[in-house]
Amino acid sequence: MFQYIVRRIVAALPTLVLITMLAFSMLHLVPGDPAEIFLGENKSSPELLAQVRSDMGLDRPLHVQYLGFLGDMLRGDLGTSLNNGRSVVREIATRLPSTVELTLAALGISIVLGVGLGVLSAVRHNTWVDSAAMFVALLGVSMPVFWSSLLLIFFFSVKLQWFPAIGQGGIERLVLPAVALGLLSSATLARLVRSSMLDVLSQDYVRTAVAKGVRPRAVTFRHALKNALVPAITVIGIQFGQLLSGTVITETIFARLGIGRYYVDSLLNKDFPVVQALTLLIATAYVVINLLVDLSYSLLDPRIRYD
Amino acid sequence: MTEAASRSRSTRGRSLWRLSAQRLMRNPGAVTGMVVLGVLVAASVLAPWLTSFDPIALAPRDRLQPPGGAHWFGTDAFGRDIFTRVVYGGRTSLQIGFVAVTISTLIGVTLGLVAGYFGGTVDQIASRIVDVMLAFPGLLLALAIVAILGPNLLNAMIAVGISASPNYARVTRGAVLQAKELAFVEAAQQSGARTWRILVLHVLPNVLGPIVVIATLGVANAIIAGAALSFLGLGAEPPTPEWGLMLSDGRAYLRHAWWITTFPGLAIMVTVLAINLVGDGLRDALDPRMTR
Repeated sequence: MFQYIVRRIVAALPTLVLITMLAFSMLHLVPGDPAEIFLGENKSSPELLAQVRSDMGLDRPLHVQYLGFLGDMLRGDLGTSLNNGRSVVREIATRLPSTVELTLAALGISIVLGVGLGVLSAVRHNTWVDSAAMFVALLGVSMPVFWSSLLLIFFFSVKLQWFPAIGQGGIERLVLPAVALGLLSSATLARLVRSSMLDVLSQDYVRTAVAKGVRPRAVTFRHALKNALVPAITVIGIQFGQLLSGTVITETIFARLGIGRYYVDSLLNKDFPVVQALTLLIATAYVVINLLVDLSYSLLDPRIRYD
Repeated sequence: MTEAASRSRSTRGRSLWRLSAQRLMRNPGAVTGMVVLGVLVAASVLAPWLTSFDPIALAPRDRLQPPGGAHWFGTDAFGRDIFTRVVYGGRTSLQIGFVAVTISTLIGVTLGLVAGYFGGTVDQIASRIVDVMLAFPGLLLALAIVAILGPNLLNAMIAVGISASPNYARVTRGAVLQAKELAFVEAAQQSGARTWRILVLHVLPNVLGPIVVIATLGVANAIIAGAALSFLGLGAEPPTPEWGLMLSDGRAYLRHAWWITTFPGLAIMVTVLAINLVGDGLRDALDPRMTR
């Protein structure tokens, strides 16, 4: 088991190294000279430009620049924003909690709704309840986040005035963006939980439980759901990526200062150090979470062998 | 291969596709989806004949008219007819969907075919590239590509296409790994057929099923991703009639003119729903084991 974990981590390393290369090369792939962008409006003399370029290390050979970038990164130094000269790490740190809060809330909503709808559908297989639940899920998959967000704002903020439309801080400002974000992935999850429950419900051990007179509720939850959730867990890693993508949109619409919105703003402003740092952060987080999901999957399902 | 054997294989192959088509036509969801999709495609092709308004020209006197007789879906802040813009916007969105999926398929299927068939070092390198691309959640990868290429509609299509391609590569590779063990592929290898011929004539037709399914569902995802990029200001540029852009423009008027966002939003949802219904139907039809 320990060996298996180590091997999985080692297998993820080349991906992580390639991610650092990609993040580094973004600086050179994007059109425009970073030094000129740094100088901004101050129309610069060639000397000043050369000075800035050498300060930023842009006059060194590429591999030296890359090693320098790696070294700085390992020391936790991701440079300063071209926009305001502040430390990128600190800028990200102020925005990260807002995104984590939103993502976790959305994930919670997605799990509750998705598992609920999926189980209901499977237990009432081939009835109108099943059809209705699956139609709702299909509707959810087909509804882009930017459209569901606007609908939620229209109904719950403009019409009913239950929640504020924009801003952050406090539960009341978290509800609408979290629901908008959670709805989409709950629909995906509901479809998966349903088919996984249907698989499990046709297993011999479930039939045995029914035959020996276990109450239906206990069969559903204790015997079936527990086993049906194992494959669903692998999807949570993918869901997490979907949610991160979604934060770009929800943070824009609900005016939340998070890293999703920060990523788009930095791309638009060509603030390369920030883009590099966020690329690194998001990709690494995604790889690590999927690794953890994989490991937990093998822990939860004893049939998976580690050799 | 004897003549009889080859004839039996070709009839079996044809009837498998025909069986799938029959199964598809028996699926009410898929048929509904196809009908709706047909209407949407017809509407965007026939747009100039469906409306007498111009999708772009400004008409300040008609601004912010609610839905009614002259303007079925109302008008926007510049007095443009929303119905006209929704219908013309369909052209843009369907174009995004098909161009992006074509790009994904070309890149992904080629990568998957080569990786799966040759294995070894080629597979290692291809799979690493796919892993790294998969390490970026879909839309974020598309955003980064748009940033590199520059924000406009064509680049948005390219970005959406590239960012979805690793999925196609993964699915194709898996299917190829199974297909290359089939007896007739080995027979073709033994008889000295050229590699590209084996790949295109023997392997590809046998992995087409899953590719058709993800490409169909991919059109829906591409339409959403394209609209999302336009919504964020990184895709279609004003005054192009594009659903994501229209939603973004209408945000400021949500309180007083609900119709500006409602109709393009509904248009995206109906289109995507129709494509998803067809895609789900195709999956069930091509792989009867999945049917429930």
